[in-house]
Amino acid sequence: MEQKPPTNKNAERVVEIRGLNKSFGSNEVLKHVDLDLYKGENLVVLGKSGTGKSVLIKILVGLLKPDSGRVLVLGNNVVDISYKELLALRLKVGFSFQNSALYDSMTVRENLEFPLVRNQRKLTRAEKKRAVEEMLDAVGLLKAINQMPSELSGGQRKRIGIARTLILQPEIMLYDEPTAGLDPITCLDINGLINEVQERFHTSSIVITHDLACAKEVGNRVAMLLDGKFERQGTFSEVFDTDDERVKTFYEYNFIQ
Amino acid sequence: MNNKSEQSPVDHKTVKAPGKLARMFLSLYDVGQFVTRFFKEGFLPPYEGRELINQCYNIGYRSLLLISTTGLITGMVFTKQSRPSLAEFGATSWLPSLVAIALLRTLAPLLTGLIAAGKVGSSIGAELGSMRVTEQIDAMEVSATNPFKFLVSTRVLAATITIPILTFYTALVGMLGAFLNVTVNEGTTMEAFVQDSLESITFLDIIASTVKAVIFGFTIGMVGCYQGYNSSKGTEGVGKAANSSVVIAMFLIFLEEVISVQFFALFRTT
Ligand SMILES: Nc1ncnc2c1ncn2[C@@H]1O[C@H](COP(=O)(O)OP(=O)(O)OP(=O)(O)O)[C@@H](O)[C@H]1O
Ligand SMILES: [Mg+2]
Repeated sequence: MEQKPPTNKNAERVVEIRGLNKSFGSNEVLKHVDLDLYKGENLVVLGKSGTGKSVLIKILVGLLKPDSGRVLVLGNNVVDISYKELLALRLKVGFSFQNSALYDSMTVRENLEFPLVRNQRKLTRAEKKRAVEEMLDAVGLLKAINQMPSELSGGQRKRIGIARTLILQPEIMLYDEPTAGLDPITCLDINGLINEVQERFHTSSIVITHDLACAKEVGNRVAMLLDGKFERQGTFSEVFDTDDERVKTFYEYNFIQ
Repeated sequence: MNNKSEQSPVDHKTVKAPGKLARMFLSLYDVGQFVTRFFKEGFLPPYEGRELINQCYNIGYRSLLLISTTGLITGMVFTKQSRPSLAEFGATSWLPSLVAIALLRTLAPLLTGLIAAGKVGSSIGAELGSMRVTEQIDAMEVSATNPFKFLVSTRVLAATITIPILTFYTALVGMLGAFLNVTVNEGTTMEAFVQDSLESITFLDIIASTVKAVIFGFTIGMVGCYQGYNSSKGTEGVGKAANSSVVIAMFLIFLEEVISVQFFALFRTT
């Protein structure tokens, strides 16, 4: 497995998080988080279950509101943005859900058409058809076009979820645990897909994962969420070259398995 | 209560746990906002026409069999049970008009409303609830579409349109049941039966029933959607949403029935 090139930190920042706090009742999840996403990079966010990784990216698309802090996404402060501006921003930010969140009353084709027809009303029927088929082909699942989500495997659902997100041609992709619960071979497939998306669509991405192999393969940069903060950021080896017990446990467990 | 951004003015989770009374007002405020949002967004383009037709079909189709049997049996049984009292005064010839009035004014709207609350309300609650729990609603939101419009507006409108149609259908089937009973026992002809029952019905009866049915339909759609759309995470949230959709809708329907009977009585001369 070859290491990906490190991030060019002179690139423009597409996401800029400063002093972000979020708690649910007495449960302080994010404590003064700072994080940047540079244009064109794949940033892997690692962290134990329940540390607030999903909460973090939900804040980026305005699904959750932070308690305080500054969150700039493509130059927009998502905290005090109008609903209309938020919609415009969401068009440029793709969100692939941890559980895929496919619309289970619709076929795969309708799943992909749903965001497309509602955001690009001028498309002709033929253009819609082509866009959907091209995207399904890109994730390697053109054959599933008329199936219902319940007929698909977990890995296929992940792919369809990613395709549904990509169809709006986002500038930023947020992947919430794209490989969770999948076998190692399917994981490799998905990792390949994430890298392909980066190259082909020139997206900047945040990839959340527990899986270090995935982190190593897709990440230009790694950030580790420990106790509500990103204490360790850098290339893969920079992050794991430490005596911090919490980090070491994470590393050892993953690779002894 | 829920974690959506554009709708709740306060993130209830971050506020210090409010007392019972405060919570009640908060949820009343939530309901008010939900209903307002329907009126603000439901009638603006772009329309979700296909989904609306889909939902109308769903609602009508889902309750048709149950409503047909209930209507028919109610018509028959009600006629049969009313006969002895009328017979005491030798007035069994009034049966058609009695049944027609009872069915149209109260039985048909109420029966249809309650059956639809059970069948339609619970399925709307469960469907939207499971979409909330599995983050399908969030997925619609982050793809820059308006889930409220697609899911809530269409279902509420569909229920508001379909329940009145079903109500008149119930009344019709009920009259058929009554006719079967009357024609077997008194040998009344179809013509006489139809004439008798039509004569006793006023225009006000029809208006009143339509208004009531529209209100019932709106209630069923709104309650189901509100419960489902705002259901809590976790599988038990889905069950709760379905269950409370039925209970709350039925309770409201009875309440609305009582109020509207009082209201329309103001316009009746007899
Ligand atoms: N809507 C919510 N209401 C209340 N608490 C929440 C909500 N969403 C998340 N939390 C809490 O925030 C914390 C972080 O949750 P989050 O889903 O971000 O974890 P995660 O890092 O994504 O974990 P995993 O790897 O298991 O997905 C958890 O303790 C969770 O209970
Ligand atoms: Mg998560």
